[in-house]
Amino acid sequence: MIIIVSAKTAEYEGAPDERFGRAALLTRVDTNSGEWQTFPNPGVNQSGGAGVAAAQFAIDQKADAVISGDFGPHASRALNAAHIEMYILTSTSDSVKKAVELFNQGMLPVFQS
Amino acid sequence: MLKTTAKTPQLVVLSGKGGTGKTSISAALIHLSESLSQERRLTVVDADVDAANLNLILQTEQLATYEFWGASIAEINTEKCTGCGDCVPICRYDAIFPDSQNKAVYWVDPIACDGCAACVYACPHAAITMIQQLEGHWLHSRGDFGMLFHAELLPGRENSGKLVSLIKIKAQKWAEVVDSPLMIIDGPPGIGCPVIAACVGVDMALIVAEPGLAGLHDLKRIYETLKHFKIPSVLCINKADLYPQGSLEIQEFARQENIKVMGEIPFDTHVQTAVRMGTQVTREFPDAPASQIIRKIWQATQEQMVHLGLIALKEKGSS
Amino acid sequence: MQIAIASGKGGTGKTTIATSLAKSLAGLHQVHYLDCDVEAPNGHLFLKPEIQTQKDAIVRIPQIDVGLCTTCGRCVEVCQFHALAQTPEEILVFPELCHGCGSCTWNCPENAITEIENPIGVIESGITPEGIHFSHGVLKISEPMPTPIIHQLRKNEKRSDRSVVILDAPPGASCSVVETLRAADFAILVTEATPFGKHDLLQIFGILKDLKIPAGVIINRTDGHESEMEQLLKEKQIPILMQIPFDVSIAAGIASGRTLIDIKPEYLERFRTIFCQIESLLAAEEAC
Repeated sequence: MIIIVSAKTAEYEGAPDERFGRAALLTRVDTNSGEWQTFPNPGVNQSGGAGVAAAQFAIDQKADAVISGDFGPHASRALNAAHIEMYILTSTSDSVKKAVELFNQGMLPVFQS
Repeated sequence: MLKTTAKTPQLVVLSGKGGTGKTSISAALIHLSESLSQERRLTVVDADVDAANLNLILQTEQLATYEFWGASIAEINTEKCTGCGDCVPICRYDAIFPDSQNKAVYWVDPIACDGCAACVYACPHAAITMIQQLEGHWLHSRGDFGMLFHAELLPGRENSGKLVSLIKIKAQKWAEVVDSPLMIIDGPPGIGCPVIAACVGVDMALIVAEPGLAGLHDLKRIYETLKHFKIPSVLCINKADLYPQGSLEIQEFARQENIKVMGEIPFDTHVQTAVRMGTQVTREFPDAPASQIIRKIWQATQEQMVHLGLIALKEKGSS
Repeated sequence: MQIAIASGKGGTGKTTIATSLAKSLAGLHQVHYLDCDVEAPNGHLFLKPEIQTQKDAIVRIPQIDVGLCTTCGRCVEVCQFHALAQTPEEILVFPELCHGCGSCTWNCPENAITEIENPIGVIESGITPEGIHFSHGVLKISEPMPTPIIHQLRKNEKRSDRSVVILDAPPGASCSVVETLRAADFAILVTEATPFGKHDLLQIFGILKDLKIPAGVIINRTDGHESEMEQLLKEKQIPILMQIPFDVSIAAGIASGRTLIDIKPEYLERFRTIFCQIESLLAAEEAC
């Protein structure tokens, strides 16, 4: 599975970002191989449509799921349309790595729009 | 003042109409909360980047200035332009004109250009490129209250709300680091982009209304906007005694809509004098009629924030 | 002639000046009053027009013909505002983000895009009891973009070259003010002699310089603290057209929906004088 986690830093052990469209970075994780890679968020510097830009990135990366603190109405509409599942960070998901582990264990709540 | 949630609670001061006294009142509230948060951990945002005035009456020390690069606009390379004019009818913003120096080629009026890039794709000679624009600066400044995040949009630039969003993000980061108990946002006038940007993530709004037909009209529009974004609001009336009937009308509107009125501030020349002195009325003239009421408004506003579960008030100390 | 009333800072009395100027000239010229403060339009409260026409202010947004669309994504690529998104199955349109530029329509290789009108506000027009041609734009609640409405408002009606158009500008010094000022021949800047007024006035000077629009200043609510403002305007070589002393009866009268010349009839002549002054300033400018 490919998942995208909004991140504050380029480290796998670094903190996830609570925001999706305006997150500093987006980390792409392949849960099968354990490989990960960090990308600049194309949404972060947009005057409008940050959520759509970040969602488009997830769609283009063929993500199966995304993890962030919250999803705005535009981002969630785009992700929904592309059948990408949205999960919410919990207080214990203090690093991208931890968030992915919790996701794998089915411990992250599903985003309700 | 202690916050009750992990996130720093946000209070925005808004008015719809300009010139109701938002900034003077915001500055006074910031001064009053200073005594509650003695560790200088209050986060303050001046979201009126179009006419940023808050720092003129908060004694702050500017720490750093950063450039703000915003949207891109089209520019025609006069070497490559053949003057075919294909771009002209494409532009819906009437931004493309014959060049003033060489009428055989075209020129984009940077003020009229919306940055849509339609002309870039329409040009058969690849003569048009998008150039990112320096649209302003953002700054942070230290004061006795904590940190002020503010910005100056260059005159005539697009106030898309992006600069407002940017300083709010910077403010939130700082608030997180210092575990700030409260963020106070001095909002822009109107109901459009910058207001919407200022309201993202806000927990409560204090509307400053002015008595009169225009004041009531604009109060209704900002209240509807806040309602649309599901932000709980309370209001106060400024210069209430200049037109008492208007204040009654605002009270009536508040009753109908079930909005709590925090207080009525009388017209008081001390407010203007404090602005001219570059300070807050509550600091310079604590006994002035306006200051006395603003203190009550602040008390009532805090109680409302406690009620909403945003903050908890510390037990009063020996003072 | 088009005269814009602007200020930078909000609440300095733009609408007070614009409505009184319109009324003062109503008997002498054909006067059009355009309230361009579409986020907080208040001119109608003072001029009390009878609204005769109402039409939507619109942004043209794309509608995608799914029968023709191959989801190639060209429209998503050309859109600068992220108003479109591409999924493997469809193209999504986000109307709130769309600027209505038409780029996606022209660039679609399948001609699968048509445009529909998305209302973002209304434009209302009518006549006031004095015969002023009134129109204003009203931005819909929660809509972010005021400029398209101002653009449509300015182009709304045909006017003769000899009519006087008064543009009541929004506060601030950003894009919506520029959109209002673009076709103005002269700007009246309404300010107050405070650090706020001064700061915001300097912002608007920047725009006027770019647009090459001559200006004059009205200092409102004076109380004997104007020397610094007067000095600044002298340095900038901007004429002071009028000073209006602070007066509780004016404040109360305006709050109740009366114009300045109704409250203080002596201002009628003063506004007419200002108009003559502007005419001669513009004539001098042309001669140079």
